[in-house]
Amino acid sequence: MEVTYLKAINEALHEEMGRDENVFVMGEDVAELGGAFKVTEGLLDAFGPDRVIDTPISESLIVGAGIGAAMLGMRPVVEMQFADFISCAFDQIVNMAATLRFRHGGRACCPLVIRGPSGAGIHGAIFHSQNPEAWFTRVPGLKVVAPATPYDAKGLLKSAIRDDDPVLYFEHKRLYRSLKEDIPEGDFTVPIGVAEVRHEGRDLSIITYGGTVGQSLDAARIVEKADGVSIEVVDLRTLLPLDREAILATAKKTGKVLIVHEDRLTGGIGGEVAALIAEHAFEYLDGPIMRLAMWDTHNAFSPPLEEAILPNTNKIVEAIKRLASY
Amino acid sequence: MADATVVASEPGAQVEYELQLYYWMKLIRGFEERVSRLHRQNKILGGVYSGAGQEGLIAGICAPLQQGDVVLPLHRDLGVFLMRGVDPGVLMAQLMGKEGGLSRGKDSFLHGGDLSRGVFGSTSMLGSSLPVAVGAALKFQIKKEKNIAVAFFGEGAASRGDVHEAMNFAGVRKLPVVFVCENNRYAYSTPLEKQMAIDDVADRAAAYGFKGYVCSGNDLLAVLDVAEPVLARTREGGGPALIECKTYRYHGHSEHDPALYRSKEELLKWESRDPIQRFEFYLEKKGQDVKRLREQIDEKVRAILQQAVEFAENSPWPEVNSVLDDLYATPTPGMLNGRRS
Repeated sequence: MEVTYLKAINEALHEEMGRDENVFVMGEDVAELGGAFKVTEGLLDAFGPDRVIDTPISESLIVGAGIGAAMLGMRPVVEMQFADFISCAFDQIVNMAATLRFRHGGRACCPLVIRGPSGAGIHGAIFHSQNPEAWFTRVPGLKVVAPATPYDAKGLLKSAIRDDDPVLYFEHKRLYRSLKEDIPEGDFTVPIGVAEVRHEGRDLSIITYGGTVGQSLDAARIVEKADGVSIEVVDLRTLLPLDREAILATAKKTGKVLIVHEDRLTGGIGGEVAALIAEHAFEYLDGPIMRLAMWDTHNAFSPPLEEAILPNTNKIVEAIKRLASY
Repeated sequence: MADATVVASEPGAQVEYELQLYYWMKLIRGFEERVSRLHRQNKILGGVYSGAGQEGLIAGICAPLQQGDVVLPLHRDLGVFLMRGVDPGVLMAQLMGKEGGLSRGKDSFLHGGDLSRGVFGSTSMLGSSLPVAVGAALKFQIKKEKNIAVAFFGEGAASRGDVHEAMNFAGVRKLPVVFVCENNRYAYSTPLEKQMAIDDVADRAAAYGFKGYVCSGNDLLAVLDVAEPVLARTREGGGPALIECKTYRYHGHSEHDPALYRSKEELLKWESRDPIQRFEFYLEKKGQDVKRLREQIDEKVRAILQQAVEFAENSPWPEVNSVLDDLYATPTPGMLNGRRS
């Protein structure tokens, strides 16, 4: 059945809440309104106000209460209305949730999912466009995922809900209604920690995730058609922990790596991926490890500014050509 | 609760109960004093935060707790761990960073917890436990369970946003949670007057739609007078409450802190309101032979602490490689979490 990326997330929530009565949803405007983007639409009618809970504007409370309930065996899925707002819950995530099991000597767990719409490209400006994943990908104890397709959106959310650790689930809001895919009906999961080769190739690898996966695939097809360069596209899917084997396998296979992400360049996940390859696959490389990412600035509003700073298909095509020429 | 048998000089459950609470205060004080001494001997490293002087409120709040309740103690509340039945040896091993501690050496002092006894570990970002307590209470509400969550916080943490967010939501949902403010007048060195423009933190409860109560945290009976009905009411679905216990810590913020920011007179004044002595006067009035009682309990506490220290000292240091354990409940393929030596 063809579903949008947004519907896939909604289906995962419906199915997991139906499957396990300990799953509940909490966040700002998630119940009556069905969420600012309608991701949680229909849940209130299906599961009632005890399990679909509207909260005040209190991100730290939302996450903290999720932690408390999770410690007692519940499986809360809490929403940051925009992923940008996750900064308000930073302490609860990195200090309370991430250290919880460690502090309790392995005798506690925190099966909590924190989901939120991230990403730019919809004129959201500075505070409704951010990609905050890299704030969290250096915090042990957390898992961070970023699905790029409806199939993964559903399967990764199901895995996140069933996982016994805190999982940050960043969904790209630009994909909500723009991306459709035929996915199997009913239950399936996508494993956390496993990347996916989206497109096989021999000459050059693009390692990417989230909002730039589709653009990278488009760019790969354009260059393959025009120049006959064979390009592999690897979708990381999970950002913490990184699928190190998949990263090194594609680097060793093609010898040329372009890393693409919509998050800012400096301190972004691309740096860690590049370092891994430089450290463990140096002798296989035929060119510099290149990165294409958002400029090191804020998510500017005015269309020409936003256009300029974000990666897009054309910029990826250009980057592929530069790297291929080595 | 762990056993707290003492010889009662007259029959009756109330007497037994009161003697038991006297024992707990004595054990907590004895434990605190031993911890401070072990710190001076370099046997307990790092930050040590004494709760000496605050035993009355710990005993009074914990006494009415029941099986299945959740409690979130502060860094100064080792008495909560003891009263919830955490083995004194395990607690001592926790403070020494030993394998036998609650966090198996992973974290210091009271950041470990014991979920099997409903004790949730806290972090140093004080006040951040309150949203977590609210989540525990939310679980009780969703599952229609008759348990409550009790969260301790200091008047210092009362200035944090987490405290506001937690109390506000608890009020909105009428959650079974009781917030207990240990108002010991100082946030590290900063006195009350610089922290808030009001006299009582409890006043704030009205803004969240529930009741606030003020009591002397150094008077066990006063704490019980408030805590027993308030906790019972919350348990019966009456919604949240805030109990503010006015108290004082005899030591500085930590054992490193000589607390020169407060006067000797002030310390003396509060020492004259010592919760244990005060309770002894009460017991005496009720006809107890306090001198004999004290000797009996001191001996018992000494033996318990001796055993606890022995257990902790004999507990091994954690294996170095274990520092990569306990990060995840379900480690994931491809996990990248450090190199084992």
